[in-house]
Amino acid sequence: MATIAAVIASTHHPFYYRASTSAGEDRPPFADEWVAKITAFRETLTRARPDVLLMVGSDHFHQLWLDNMPQFLVGKAPCYDANWYNEEREFGLPRLFLKGQEDLSAHILRGGLDAGFDLAFSNELRIDHSITCPIITLRPDADLPIVPVYTNIFAPPLPQPSRFVALGRALRSLVESWPSDLRVAVIGTGHLSLELGGPRQFGPHGPDPEFDRKAVDWIASGDIEKALGEVSLDQLWEPGNATHGFMDFMLMMGVAGEGEKADYVDTFDLFHTMEAYFTWYPTPLPATPATLPAAEESK
Amino acid sequence: MSKYLLNKFLYTVDRDPELVERYRSDPRGTVAWWETERANAILNVPSGECSTWLKFDDAEREALVTHDYVKLFELGAHHFLTLTLFIALFERDYAEPLAFQREYARKLSHFSLPYPDVTT
Repeated sequence: MATIAAVIASTHHPFYYRASTSAGEDRPPFADEWVAKITAFRETLTRARPDVLLMVGSDHFHQLWLDNMPQFLVGKAPCYDANWYNEEREFGLPRLFLKGQEDLSAHILRGGLDAGFDLAFSNELRIDHSITCPIITLRPDADLPIVPVYTNIFAPPLPQPSRFVALGRALRSLVESWPSDLRVAVIGTGHLSLELGGPRQFGPHGPDPEFDRKAVDWIASGDIEKALGEVSLDQLWEPGNATHGFMDFMLMMGVAGEGEKADYVDTFDLFHTMEAYFTWYPTPLPATPATLPAAEESK
Repeated sequence: MSKYLLNKFLYTVDRDPELVERYRSDPRGTVAWWETERANAILNVPSGECSTWLKFDDAEREALVTHDYVKLFELGAHHFLTLTLFIALFERDYAEPLAFQREYARKLSHFSLPYPDVTT
């Protein structure tokens, strides 16, 4: 059966690409520190030596629209084009092309449907920055096949937070039952407190630093029970009007497992959002080549 | 009232570079054309098979015609769609990075929780 090489959860910030590639007067003062943090975070994926990436994100009203809106959708295609005109326009994101892993897509769809998740699917999906941001930060060569999973965190009515956690648990189990000898990294991105298009947007910090502090603790300690106890669909409007993206973090807590402490935790208090980076290693890391720094002790 | 149709306008203009420019330079003409020609187009369906019942009410039409993103927020247009399109329309007029986005926030500062419902 397949091995879970790593479970990775992070924020996805579309400004990273431009900040990290800019030079001279255009380079923002926070760019060097951000790049250093991302470079260290990238190493947590590299050392897990993944063969396939199962990637959880959310379409930002690009391909999925209100006339036909799925709650949870799995891509099943041999290839995925990526990034859209308005992401190029606003963030300077490059167009990308990624291979798919259709066998794993099919396994997740069949197994997910049989486990009680009425998953939608797409045979032609152009993915957006919720999935390409972690490609850019964690695997900039974009050389591994992916299976994209989209969640609806944008267009109410939304699924309950508990459903995101349950889907995460199911995805973990489905990867572990995939008849393959490949190493799968599960990568999901969301948000901590975030406001977009509202009065609290683009402040000096995230709109609710207290929520961010609690959320980072829940994720780092794998405290699903506490997160579910404090978070609801109604409550998530309070930290910021785009904070429902936190449910993708909750999905990833479901993948990692109840009470599983993250092996790697980092944060970056950027203007208007707290960036956060987490990695779990559910299985022992492969032997580390001598050229790489020694890996942390894994479980 | 049709939050859905407001969102459909924002969405279909935002994804088309020519329409973004046309809406910036001629908002009244663009909104009138769009409501007549595009409002009832189902996006994934050939042109002969369209809807017949979608139209703006006066407040919605006027908010779009006047580029009034504060009113769009009040009407429950989706905050992400409005922000994305209006950055494309007006960020270029501001010298400092994020200056438009911060002015946008200030103009919405009289809203408190709960914000207008964006559920469609």
